[in-house]
Order: sequence, then structure tokens, then C-alpha cells
Amino acid sequence: MKAFSYQRPETAEHAAAAAVRPGAKLIAGGTNLLDLMKLQVETPSRLVDINGLSLEKIEDTADGGLRIGTLVRNSDLAADRRVRQRYGVLSRALLAGASAQLRNKATTGGNLLQRTRCYYFYDVTKPCNKRSPGSGCAALAGFNRIHAILGGSEHCIATHPSDMAVAMRALDARVETVDSAGQTRSIPIEELHRLPGKTPEIETSLKPGEIITSVTLPPPPPGVQVYRKVRDRASYAFALVSVAAIVDSIHGRIRSARLAFGGLAPKPWRSPRAEQTLVNASANATTFNATADAVLEGARGFGGNDFKIPLARRTLHSVLSEMTRA
Amino acid sequence: MDEQDSNAAPDEQHPFEVTRRTVIETGTTALILSALPHAAFAAGPLDGGEPSPPAVKVQLRINGYLHSLMLDSRTTLLDALREHLALTGSKKGCDHGQCGACTVLIEGRRINSCLTLAVMHDGQSVTTVEGLALGDDLHLVQAAFVEHDGFQCGYCTSGQICSTIGMLAESRLGMPSYVTEDLTQVAVELTDAEIRERMSGNICRCAAYPNIVAAIKQAGGIST
Repeated sequence: MKAFSYQRPETAEHAAAAAVRPGAKLIAGGTNLLDLMKLQVETPSRLVDINGLSLEKIEDTADGGLRIGTLVRNSDLAADRRVRQRYGVLSRALLAGASAQLRNKATTGGNLLQRTRCYYFYDVTKPCNKRSPGSGCAALAGFNRIHAILGGSEHCIATHPSDMAVAMRALDARVETVDSAGQTRSIPIEELHRLPGKTPEIETSLKPGEIITSVTLPPPPPGVQVYRKVRDRASYAFALVSVAAIVDSIHGRIRSARLAFGGLAPKPWRSPRAEQTLVNASANATTFNATADAVLEGARGFGGNDFKIPLARRTLHSVLSEMTRA
Repeated sequence: MDEQDSNAAPDEQHPFEVTRRTVIETGTTALILSALPHAAFAAGPLDGGEPSPPAVKVQLRINGYLHSLMLDSRTTLLDALREHLALTGSKKGCDHGQCGACTVLIEGRRINSCLTLAVMHDGQSVTTVEGLALGDDLHLVQAAFVEHDGFQCGYCTSGQICSTIGMLAESRLGMPSYVTEDLTQVAVELTDAEIRERMSGNICRCAAYPNIVAAIKQAGGIST
């Protein structure tokens, strides 16, 4: 691990002012950052510990939603009575991620900002455009079983590893931030994560030093909520394919649906066209095939991850038929 | 390096008792890196000529006793326990949060001590496996692991035991797991599937899982 100075500011503004300095990195739970620092994938020279900020509350909002402080631990968010009752897809997605020990440490903001688990990103002896811009992408022709089939580019096919973010994407969450000048803003979650394009090293739309202070959930949409995760082992593994689904249906007729996918793309993936195929549609195999076709439009395998295309299709079929069973 | 309360237990007052193991470790380290503090060695790959950052003062209440340490800011909680306080019950398995052998309780909650910095826990209470028994009386989770043979080589055991204590507390609070069918239910029934899911952060390479589950059921007062 490279040497760093350590500081623990007490306000978000102070933290943002410290975080904007060269070589600075914020730390909250630290479960991903310290892992990467040990491997020298991350080499901050200043560590700004934000655990002293008072951002660990879950509050009701006036419109019937919830505001989740950035320091709320994944385990506490999953166990919150309101989340369990009204946002089951979020609770289940959180519980599908990592282990109990890690969830006790990992935070809401940190979960959103965690880095990919691409093997080549982690291996500093290999080319990686995300870690070392311009060095190439070893995954394109390498072991790419866990990599993206949607949204990647010739520069990077790494996936975003979060389960929580996939559920938040389906729930149309918004991410609130503050910067070093004290300016706040609210970012729709679909605009937080960026596709790699030519600059896979730029993963989010946050400006240098901009700190996530909370995530706001609008009131839950009508319908049943499900999070289904398919992975190599029954627990404690990243998603090969995951689906966060919110489906409003009655007697085999779907009124509306929201679908977000994990494991397939560099960001939590949603397809408005796929959701449109379900509006006022009969819940049957023909409909679900059309939905899967729309989700997987433009999907491309790189050898090792070819299986994700049929796996995503079958997982979606399974989830939709289970949710609309009369 | 460390100051302790005057009320420290007798065996807590000599945390640097020299064993064959520490002699071997110290000897090896001295041969390779005679000028380097052991903690920096444990912190990962080194950078030639880079000066160490200024030491940071960290106070931790470990198993009821207050310890004041001056540490390199890179020191993980696990390395602080093992290398600075000779509390070697918490094990370093993968050092990347994947195996659970380093599990300890912070303010009663289980975490991986390898994936956190000691300085981030300044002023907090840590419980390690060394703090569970009362003299010769084992903690009921320890006794259950012995009774059900919940281990073979034993390397993961201290992590399994600390994790079990945290897990049983979470269950008593009604916290759900991925396999909890109805997320809105208030009380958790610790079935085998629930125990296995909740303990998935602790790997046992000897695969003593059936006996670990049996031990946990006994400790949790669950009829088998």
C-alpha cells in the first residue's frame, strides 16, 4: 500500500474541499477502496475519511418517498422496515450482494461508486484502459466470462458490480451531491454512471471533489417487486445476470413494468423499449420473447461471455412469468 | 507503542511475550528489511525510498481493555491486532475480505478486520475471539463448536465464531437475509438455509459446514 495522509473532516463541505485536492480519495466503508489500495490499483496520497459526517439517517420525504443518507450501511438499509415493506426489490438486491460482514461496513454512496471486478483492472501487470488510459483492454480477447454484452466499447467491456444500484435504477432514484463550493445538485441515477466509450477511466458524472450526500427514492410505483440474481454459487458472488423487476399486472394482463439489469453492462441497464413491450400486454411467452429481444438489441459476446445472452433471456422469462402468474 | 489501563488482566499486560513463532517472523523480517517497521511490511508492497507517513494515534477498546497505539496510517485493524498487540486469534486468510477468517465485532457488529484501517476505528470497541471466554468458561458459541466438532484445521474457526455471535445478534433484531421468503416478517426462523446464507462470508476449506451449522443451531437455541 502506498503511503497516504489521513484526515477525518466533520462537515460535507470540508470533506469536499479536502477531496478536491490532488491525490485525494474519499473513504467510507473502505471495503472496495482498501482492497484496491493493497493491490496498488488505487494509490491515493490523501485519504479523506467521511465517517464523521452526519449522513447516516433514512428519512421519509414529503412526497412519500425515502431519503437515504450516504453513510447508511448496506445491512441497515436492507433491514429498514420501510424499505422492506415498500421497496422490497432494494432490500433483496442489497441482501444479494457481498457477505454480512461487508454489508455491515459498506455504505450507500460507496456501493454506487465501487469499481468493476474485471480481473484485468485488478491486475496491475496487465493492460487496462480504465486503470491506465491508453494501455489497451486485455479482456476483449482474454478471459471475459464476467464481462459486458451491452454498453461496452472497443476500449472497455467491464461491468458495474453493484446489485443495489440495479434496484435503485428500477426505482428511479436520484443521487444528491455537494461540491467544494457548497453547491448541491440532484442527479437522476441513470445519469450517475457513464458508459466507457473512449474514456473508460471516467465512470461517473461527478465532478472532482463532488460528494454523494444521499440517495432519494420516489414513492414506490404500483406492482410487485422482485430481484433475481444468477451467479456461480448460491451466495457471496457477483451477478452474471441480475434483474430488478417491478411489474403491475392483473389476471395475466400487464399494465406497466420496469426492468433493470445487472451483470450485463458497464452500468445498471434499462431499456425503455423493452418496458414498452409490456405495457397493456398479455403475460405470455410471445410477449416475453419480444421484451427479451428489445433488452438484448445490440448485445454482443466476446467468447467467454456469450452465454450471458441466452442466460439473460431465460432469467427474464422466468422472472416475468413468475410475477404475472394469475 | 501501547499503553494500557492499570486494570488490565494479567495476560493482557504482556502482549509481547516472545514465542517461537514471533522469533521466526521477526528474524525473517530483520534479515530482509532491517530498517523497516513490521507494520509497513504487513501493509503490502513497498515503494523504494518513500518515507513513511507520520504515525497516527489510535485508541481502541479491545475486549474491554483500552489500548493506545501509534500506527502507520496504512495499518489495517487486523494488522494492529496481530502485529502490534499480539492478538493472533483473528486470522489473516485472504487479506481481501473474501474468506472471513479475520472477522471481529466492532460495537457488536461483525466486520472483516482486514478491510478496514485501525485509524478509522479510533475510540471504538472491538471484540476478538480472545475476548469471548470468561477465564476457563468458554462462550456458548465456542463450547458449541467444540461439542459439534465445527472445524478441522481450525484456521477459520475464530472468524466463524465471531461471525456466529454477530449473526445471532442480527437475527434477534429481525434482520432479513437473501433467503428470507417474506421480507416483511418480523421474526427470523434460523433454518439451515438461513444459517448457511447468513454465514456465507466465512469460508471453511476443510468443509466442516454441516458441523458448523449444528454448532450454530445449538448456540442459537434452535431445536434440530
